[in-house]
Amino acid sequence: MATSSYYVPESSRLPIFTSIGLICIAAGAAGMINHISSGTEGWAFPHFVFFTGALIVAAVLYNWFGMVIKESMGGLYSQQMDRSFRWGMGWFIFSEVMFFAAFFGALFYVRQWAGPWLGGSGDKGVSHMLWPDFIYQWPMFNNPAGADLPGPNAIIDPWHIPLLNTILLISSSVTITFAHHALRTMQRGRVIFWLAFTVILGAVFVYYQILEYVEAYRDLGLTLASGIYGSTFFMLTGFHGAHVTIGAIILFVMWIRIVKGHFTPDQHFGFEAAAWYWHFVDMVWIGLFFFVYII
Amino acid sequence: MTTTTAAHDDHGHHGPAKGIMRWILTTNHKDIGTMYLWFSFIMLLTGGVMALIIRAELFQPGMQLIEPEFFNQMTTMHGLIMVFGAIMPAFVGLANWMVPMMVGAPDMALPRMNNLSFWILPFAFGMLLLTLFSEAGAPNFGWTFYAPLSTTYAPSSVTYFIFGVHLMGISSIMGAINIVATILNMRAPGMTYMKMPLFVWTWFITAYLLIAVMPVLAGVVTMMLMDIHFGTSFFNAAGGGDPVLFQHLFWFFGHPEVYIMILPAFGIVSHIIPTFSRKPLFGYSSMVYATASIAFLSFIVWAHHMFTVGLPLVTELFFMYATMVIAIPTGVKVFNWVSTMFQGSLTFETPMLFAIAFVILFTIGGFSGLMLAIAPADFQYHDTYFVVAHFHYVLVPGALFAIIAGVYFWLPKWCGNYYDEFLGKLHFWLSFIGVNITFFPMHFIGLAGMPRRIPDYALQFADFNAVASVGAFIFGFSQLLFLYIVIKTIRSGKQATPEVWEGADGLEWTLPSPAPYHSFSEPPQVK
Repeated sequence: MATSSYYVPESSRLPIFTSIGLICIAAGAAGMINHISSGTEGWAFPHFVFFTGALIVAAVLYNWFGMVIKESMGGLYSQQMDRSFRWGMGWFIFSEVMFFAAFFGALFYVRQWAGPWLGGSGDKGVSHMLWPDFIYQWPMFNNPAGADLPGPNAIIDPWHIPLLNTILLISSSVTITFAHHALRTMQRGRVIFWLAFTVILGAVFVYYQILEYVEAYRDLGLTLASGIYGSTFFMLTGFHGAHVTIGAIILFVMWIRIVKGHFTPDQHFGFEAAAWYWHFVDMVWIGLFFFVYII
Repeated sequence: MTTTTAAHDDHGHHGPAKGIMRWILTTNHKDIGTMYLWFSFIMLLTGGVMALIIRAELFQPGMQLIEPEFFNQMTTMHGLIMVFGAIMPAFVGLANWMVPMMVGAPDMALPRMNNLSFWILPFAFGMLLLTLFSEAGAPNFGWTFYAPLSTTYAPSSVTYFIFGVHLMGISSIMGAINIVATILNMRAPGMTYMKMPLFVWTWFITAYLLIAVMPVLAGVVTMMLMDIHFGTSFFNAAGGGDPVLFQHLFWFFGHPEVYIMILPAFGIVSHIIPTFSRKPLFGYSSMVYATASIAFLSFIVWAHHMFTVGLPLVTELFFMYATMVIAIPTGVKVFNWVSTMFQGSLTFETPMLFAIAFVILFTIGGFSGLMLAIAPADFQYHDTYFVVAHFHYVLVPGALFAIIAGVYFWLPKWCGNYYDEFLGKLHFWLSFIGVNITFFPMHFIGLAGMPRRIPDYALQFADFNAVASVGAFIFGFSQLLFLYIVIKTIRSGKQATPEVWEGADGLEWTLPSPAPYHSFSEPPQVK
């Protein structure tokens, strides 16, 4: 049992800078999007606000994590503190699960209820009266208002890039476990190798995902604006891709820290948290592969 | 729990820094709690002014003071500010102050993140309020922002609103994770789960609700953003989406959200009533289980807000019965509070008055909720002033009275002085009378058919509307008395003992009054 004290940090400049950075990002993004939607070209004031905010947040993240690493290396964190981090990371991942649940929920709702009702099935299918010619099918190649809002010409074949990406991500979950195992048994070279391998697998995944998007937009007519199929497809895979990117960056930082020798076989929660996050991203992908691509 | 000695870091002599930077840079749970409470009070007055603008316009039929467009902005901003700016931050402020003291911790588990959770809020609400002065005007689609009113037909300020909601969500999730980590990890040795004070228990469960549903709100506003600006069809039937999908997602967030605003209130009242009855709380464990049951049920009742949108019959029935089941754990709670008072040595100091008013008036709001839960009857009540009466009864004499009761109850612990009991009671009676004059007549005009969110109304509703408006001004201005009492107490007043109240029980009352800057540097032993 730990006997050291619980570390209560001194007052800090970092949170207030984070708040300022976040409000700049939020207000800047809102202004920027409104600016784009109003059809005006070029840069305007909101762009500067947004990028200033992004720079502030990037600088804060660098310094904040740097400070936490320094405190951790300085031995300020007791086992009790370590548990606070574990609970915090665990429940943060749960909140991410719920964020994806909203989008999966939208997909299930449309496929199970809203779509069939628009197509005239069910005793509440009055929405069929809006577009009497509409026949529901999934994938929705013909939208209810097909003339004004054309659906996609084709969809992504799950057995090419998506299958490859599934194999890549599942492999990366295995390789990160190899890395973790090596870390616990003090095999430094193997940790560095397997973690680097994991990051590369993640990067290759993102590369293929970009190729897939290019194909969708250029060849298949599958876009954000091609009705509910495109909406759910791009929002689910897009947020997932963003999470893979973030996860790969986190793992890369962990790789640097391992090269610098920050972790010991007993104390490496930073690495574990990154691994938890990576497994979460992997699980979301398996859900996506089944519910978005295959079924 | 470990035998960890929970002193804060090496040099133990320092107190708060001086000047404004103390508040901006602080990592101290009491400083942050204080800022949350003052922020929420400012938001209460801001949202209150908007409510008074609404009631002034509705004093008489016909349009007299403001344009209908501005009226819509006022109802929207009033709701958003009161829910996200006044009630929720007030409870987080109380949690910040009290949870570490109640569990015997030196501070919150993650103090720097605690500062960040707070300081996001003033910026986010500043941005939201600034939209009032924009060319397009503030959001005007109601605090529930139903699509397509909030997408296809929204003013351009909706984009700022969406990013504002994201910021509030980030703040709430971080705050909730901090509270969960504190409660799971920072309890004093010997404080098992079933020995935790009820305010800690109710906040523990509330924090889980927040972590579970705030991301869903983030998801739904993201879909709005994409629908408005990037051509997606989530809420657009022409592209195969469904506006009703918005309502499902919103209320999947929204129903747990209303319990987020009442469960901590249950906790506060469960501290005050035993103290002034000089008896232990009746049925502690049933209180815990009832709270957990309410939280669980809150996830499976959301569609009772949507009975009239054309749900399948079986859906209507499921959500009707599931909603009615909530009356059972809630009834357990009311029974326990009344039983705690039964044969107690009751005294009626201001916190107790507010707590008793809470029990009675919240029960009225609960019963009108039960009426609304009946699907066939709800077709009559839907979108009328009856709904307005219902949720104001659970939020104003419910959540807000509990917050005010908590402030009176804990104020001597916070600043070391007793408040002026006469003024406190005066504040109570003015509030109690004002609140009932405001909201009780709304039941009648609602049942008679007056729709909510309209700036003008038919002549037969005139009398009760005038009465409600008078009540609103009494209630609104009596909160200035509250402000005066709190400031007066901070500056002077009779010196408070550590125990503060004769019947008080719990770790927080073992600390001196005012509580030291760092709560428990050595964790107390709980038997």
